[in-house]
Amino acid sequence: MALSQDDVRHVATLARLALDDAETARFGRQLSRILDYIQTLNELDTSQIEPTAHVVPMANVWRDDEVEPSPGREAVLGNAPDRTDEFFRVPKIIAEGG
Amino acid sequence: MSKESGMGKPTGQALHELTLHEMHDGITRRAFSAAEVMRAIYDRIAAVEPKVRAYVTLTRERAEAAAARADRERQAGATLPPLAGLPIAIKDNLCTKGVATTCASKILTGFVPPYNATVVDRLERLGMAMVGKTNMDEFAMGSSTENSSVTVTKNPWDTTRIPGGSSGGSAAAVAAGCAAAALGSDTGGSIRQPAALCGLVGLKPTYGRVSRYGLIAFASSLDQIGPLTKDVTDSALLLQAIAGLDRRDSTSASVDVPDYRAALRQPVAGLRLGVPKEYFVEGMDPEVEQAVREAIRVYEKMGLTVKEISLPHTRYAVATYYLVATAEASSNLARYDGVKYGYRTARASTLAELYARSRAEGFGPEVKRRIMLGTYALSAGYYNAYYQKAQQVRTLLRRDFDAAFADVDVIVTPTTPTPAFRIGEKADDPLQMYLSDIFTISVNLAGIPALSMPCGLTRAGLPVGLQLLGKPFDESTLLRTAYAYEQETEWHKKRAVVK
Repeated sequence: MALSQDDVRHVATLARLALDDAETARFGRQLSRILDYIQTLNELDTSQIEPTAHVVPMANVWRDDEVEPSPGREAVLGNAPDRTDEFFRVPKIIAEGG
Repeated sequence: MSKESGMGKPTGQALHELTLHEMHDGITRRAFSAAEVMRAIYDRIAAVEPKVRAYVTLTRERAEAAAARADRERQAGATLPPLAGLPIAIKDNLCTKGVATTCASKILTGFVPPYNATVVDRLERLGMAMVGKTNMDEFAMGSSTENSSVTVTKNPWDTTRIPGGSSGGSAAAVAAGCAAAALGSDTGGSIRQPAALCGLVGLKPTYGRVSRYGLIAFASSLDQIGPLTKDVTDSALLLQAIAGLDRRDSTSASVDVPDYRAALRQPVAGLRLGVPKEYFVEGMDPEVEQAVREAIRVYEKMGLTVKEISLPHTRYAVATYYLVATAEASSNLARYDGVKYGYRTARASTLAELYARSRAEGFGPEVKRRIMLGTYALSAGYYNAYYQKAQQVRTLLRRDFDAAFADVDVIVTPTTPTPAFRIGEKADDPLQMYLSDIFTISVNLAGIPALSMPCGLTRAGLPVGLQLLGKPFDESTLLRTAYAYEQETEWHKKRAVVK
């Protein structure tokens, strides 16, 4: 299962990873090899097998909707790499005139 | 291989070599104080930590305050929990209020959690003293602790070798005497494998037994927190302290927590031990196989019934794991975007660039590789072929264990195919590194509990681990089976000589 450079670039875009050309080439090789190994799963006929998403049988967990104190704004904003007053600060999302 | 090999010395009087329960006994007899134990631990850290590099953060003031508080309260006549004032190391993926928590990743540089993980809260409420935060493979992705962005941790038994991973810092800290015990996390073997390679007892509880609240997520359906300790009694003590339902983790199980220490003394004769033939394969180190076979003979002599069993889908576990775990990781790690906490790139003029560059600069190569693999497995057109297929094989792996446990009470295997390998030996070959987890991974996919304990030393003086696998929520049987072996052998008394 060989991944092309375009495949790798597409996945990197989905994963929001800005890879350089060397990384793209290296991941292409390494992921192809790992995917080859993963093909061994195709030896198994699983057409009649239910998938397992979670090992513990579990239904919804409910609790009373009670108001409790929150950690407070400073506790949350204190780790921000950039902020303005009580806001997280990020670059422009919409281009000028956009 | 023999007990008289001269490698490792038995527990002497040095305070840093004692187990938690030995420390507690000494403090209760007033042979020494918790403050003296803490001083011995930090003296030991000063002496060997430059060679071992188990920690990423030390919290000496906080630890000494907790030890002093325990001494003060005992002086005043209070009867304290057995863990009060005792030194524990915490893996750096467990949130600690006011203390940096980074998963050994650049992307969490400077992150100081505003809250404690539930397990940390529980230990602190019992008066335990956190010595520091331990090194790990970045985001717990790895088997050698070489994937840390901070430093490479060395195996205290041989500092040219890896301590295992991803909880390699936790294992190395305890094995080197730089903490009495530690907490780690186990997604595919990350407690048991380093425990095996560092000569410790490492327990991965049943999925849901211990709250994951405040454990920074890698693969949410596989992650579980557990103790790394010098013996089985300490493992029982720590499991007792951290187990149980937590309303902050909706996947924590509403299952009664038994008295684990009392369970240790229950008789084991008559228990049925299963030996899966798929775990004794070509390529296994002969000294590892010999030590494990010898341990099985010890069990036979104690009156346990030993029978060969089959777990037929074992050879598919690694492939299944590297789809399930990476898919979950690619989703869990989407939250690191350079906006709310942690590392942010200096080179971004748009929000999209901010995300992509912060992540590219903040994550190390193994984390990126797994995010890529997981994203690919979940992407349009491949979901059925990869992710769903892996979930179906996961069902087959679970059924293997269900069928086996109809006939046996405990399954026994080697924890790893080889003893600790050399630093750098597998660093450039991700697939070879993944295959080193071959004996530990099925357990996480099936959600069952498992424990690794020391069962020998190779001629080169490297520890060998024996793995015991149990039925869901039956940690009691695992612990008492392990304890019975410990009573017959001396391996748990061996201590690393750091050179």
